[in-house]
Parts: sequence; C-alpha cells; structure tokens
Amino acid sequence: MSERELRIRGVTRTFPGQGRAGPTLALQPTDVTVAPGEFVAILGPSGCGKSTLLRIVAGLDRPTDGSVTLNARPVTGPGPDRGMVFQSYTLFPWLTVEQNIRFGLRERGLPEAQQQEIAARFIARTGLRGFENHWPRQLSGGMQQRTALARALANDPEILLLDEPFGALDHQTRELMQELLLEIWEADRKTVLFVTHDIDEAVFLANRVLVMSARPGRIKAELPIPLPYPREWTVKTTPEFGRLKAQLMAEIREEVRKAAVA
Amino acid sequence: MRLHLPRLAMEPLKPIPAGVRAVLGASFFALFVVGWGLCTWSGLVPPLFLASPDRTLAAGWALLTEFGFLGDIAITIWRVVGGFLIAALLGVPLGLLMGAFKPVEAFFEPFFSFARYLPASAFIPLLILWAGVGEAQKLAVIFIGSFFQLVIMVTVIAGSTRLDLVEAAYTLGSRRLSILRRVVIPAAAPQIAETLRLVLGWAWTYVIVAELIGATSGIGHMIMDSQRLLDTGQMIFGIVVIGLIGLVTDVLFKALNRRLFPWATL
Repeated sequence: MSERELRIRGVTRTFPGQGRAGPTLALQPTDVTVAPGEFVAILGPSGCGKSTLLRIVAGLDRPTDGSVTLNARPVTGPGPDRGMVFQSYTLFPWLTVEQNIRFGLRERGLPEAQQQEIAARFIARTGLRGFENHWPRQLSGGMQQRTALARALANDPEILLLDEPFGALDHQTRELMQELLLEIWEADRKTVLFVTHDIDEAVFLANRVLVMSARPGRIKAELPIPLPYPREWTVKTTPEFGRLKAQLMAEIREEVRKAAVA
Repeated sequence: MRLHLPRLAMEPLKPIPAGVRAVLGASFFALFVVGWGLCTWSGLVPPLFLASPDRTLAAGWALLTEFGFLGDIAITIWRVVGGFLIAALLGVPLGLLMGAFKPVEAFFEPFFSFARYLPASAFIPLLILWAGVGEAQKLAVIFIGSFFQLVIMVTVIAGSTRLDLVEAAYTLGSRRLSILRRVVIPAAAPQIAETLRLVLGWAWTYVIVAELIGATSGIGHMIMDSQRLLDTGQMIFGIVVIGLIGLVTDVLFKALNRRLFPWATL
C-alpha cells in the first residue's frame, strides 16, 4: 500500500545564474508524501518555488538534486499519468472544446467511439454541454479552465497537478470552479496536488495544507484540514474554517513580508 | 450626392463601416485614372512616353484578340505557380524542422541567412548559362528568390510555438513526433499560410524579371517586345494585368486562409 503514493525526496532546484548574477536557489531540500486519494494544497507567497516543485513532479522541470517517484516509478519526464492544469490558458486554439478534451485519448490511440463516450461524460460533468463545438477563444476564462480540467481528467491520470488553475479568474467564477473541482474530487477521490497562494481556496478544498516559506522555498508548516466532506460553500462561514484560516494566515504573513523585501 | 463629412471625422484607430471603406478604396482608383487621363489627354505628357487610359485599353483589346496575349498570361501564371509550389513544397517542411529542432536550425540557418540576400535577378545570366532560356530557368529564378526567404520565415514561425501548449501536450501523453505533428504544425499553419501569400506576391516580381531578360513568351516578354515598338499602351496594359492577377490571387488566398483556419480569424 505504501508503494502507491507520490514521494518527493530531498528535491532541490537551483537555477543557473545569468550574466553577473549568481545561481538562484529556488527550492531547498523538500520532502513530501501524498497518499492515494488525498487532496493536498501547497500554499505559499508568489515566487516561493511552489510552481517549480509542481513542475518537477510533472516532469517539465528537473530537480537539481533528489528524486520523485509516483507509485514506485521514478519520474524522469512528463507523462499522461500526471495530468496537469496550468494557470495560463493552455487549450489548443485550433481544436474545439470536444477535440481538446479528446487530445490525450487520441494520443493513446483509443477507438473513436470510446473517445466520444469519455469526452461526452466529462463535458457533462464539467458543465460544458452546448459548448462542445466552440473554439477556445469563444469561451470565457472560467469555461476555458473547465475544459482544461476536463481534458486532464479524461486522460484518467493517477494524480492531478493543479498549478493555480483558477488564479486568473474573477472572484465569483473562482468560487464556482472551486465547488466544481470539489464535487468531482468528492466523487472520484483522485489524488490531487494543488498549488495556490489563496488561503481560503486551500482550506476550502484540501484535506492537508503545506505552507511554503519565501524563496528559497521549503515546507515550513503542515496543517491538516479536518472539515468533513462533502463540503458546501457555507463551510466558509463556520468558526472552524475561520480558525484554520487564521492559523495559516499567521504562518504565511511572515513569509509574504520576507518575500516583499527580498 | 451629399457627403456627411462630420461622420468621417477621423479618430485614431477608430474602425469605419464596410461601405465607407469600399467607397474610399474605389475612389482612389478613380482619382488615379482621372489624374492619368488629365496628364495624357491634355498633352502634358506625350503619348510616346505615356499612353492615355483609352489608348491603353484599346492596346489591351488588340493584344487579347489579335496577338494571343491570353497565352502569354497563361504561361506566366504557370511559371509563377510552378516555381512557388516547388519552393513551398521544399521550404515549408524544412522550415518546420528547423523551427522545431534546434540542431537542424543551427546547421542550415547561417547559410540560409546569407543565401537569402543573394539577389535572384543577379542569377539570371548564370542560370541562362546553366539551364538555357527554357522553363527550367524561369522556375529556378523564382525558386531562388523565394525559397530561402520562405524557409527563414517558417523557421521563425515554428520556433515561436507557445511553450505552454507544448508542455500541456507532454502532460497529456504526447511524444516528440506528435508534438511536431499535433502542436507545432497546427499552431504555425495560419501564419505559414499568410507567409505563403506574401511569397507568392514576390514570385510575381521574379517571374517578370526573368521574362524580361531571356524569354520567348509570357507577360514580361510581351512588355519587352512592346518597348521595341514604343507602344506604351501595351506596356502599361501588361503591367496592369499583373497587378490585377496579383490582387485576385491575394483575395482568393485570404478567403482560403479564413476557411481553412476559422479558429484563427474569429
């Protein structure tokens, strides 16, 4: 059982210097373990290296030192077992919503009928019905991120890596998307590693929050979120939510201040 | 007819209605012809140097009905399309490979950057020596003039593929070749089509230059012949025909691009 998990061991990342500037240490030795079905949020001030850590798990960046293994297999590059949603809009502009969602399935060579069936299922689950044949640029930011989420989920990855996926959305849309993501996670219990700088978002979604320090990043605190699932938006008004939020705020304020003067 | 001038008051970057645009565009054409007519009908410029609009049309009619000018037009179009297609069929794939794979770019780019400054027209004497004055020489001039430019431009387009789209494809299970096939090529396609439209325009200048120097047929050859006869009407008609064909192909190319890439022009 312990084999089936995401294991980050002693991962560091140093970016080589440019010109006269010396090399930058972005990530101090970091250890993280994510069990199957967990929803773990990594919370940190901007520029703390949380996205770097996620990109290393995705295989899009290489650690300077240390290792990442998913279900006992070492991560050496990107692969469909780790689905990702980015903060920037990364739908393929030349494909319709439905074709975008089928991208990974087509890459795996699934038969046409099966591709259609899977795509239809995730179009329904992410509330995209009626938009199947729209081009990405015809969609609002929220709809684009729904499609990106559906595209990642349709591939049935072992873990979902979310890099501030709702960071570019307005407040109301972001809350709506958080509820959608929560609903999907509550139904499937797919492992999620979620990077954010939004405390409310981390507490509302995750069952465990890891707080990262200012650059060079390290995990400075860990806070379990014992709020029961299924969670409704009303949980945000409970004293327990407020208490957890205050605790994380205290942790992060100090780091934000450090990051601001750095 | 009353012009509502206040409505045409210009503000920077403010769009105008399609009707106004068409009227303005047509009126400069008309103004140009009127200016040309005034210069020639008044005798300000003697017909030896510049034929009047009506003389030009008459000369054109004679060319088409009596001298088989349609055949010249056809052969010139054939040369342009032929040279352009050869350059495109070789240049686009090579440019894509150079844009996508940096070692390929490093290998070809320095030489091509040098070669694209070699003037195609300066090759004509050499090409006549190598290939005579036949069709191969015409195609070669167009090829030299457009191939290197095209390759460099396609390289830049393919090389500027959005990296986040490439990364997204990797996380969805794409491998190297499918990144090229399913991300780089579709992402670059509309801009490549736009580049081909430009290059086709250049091919028209090269073909005329090639026909002016060593040819027995074609629009350029007709213009050269007319010079010997001091028939400025025929010469101007030939030049106008080239302009009209260029305009028509441009419009067709644009319409085709809009149809092929609806996602890019919405």
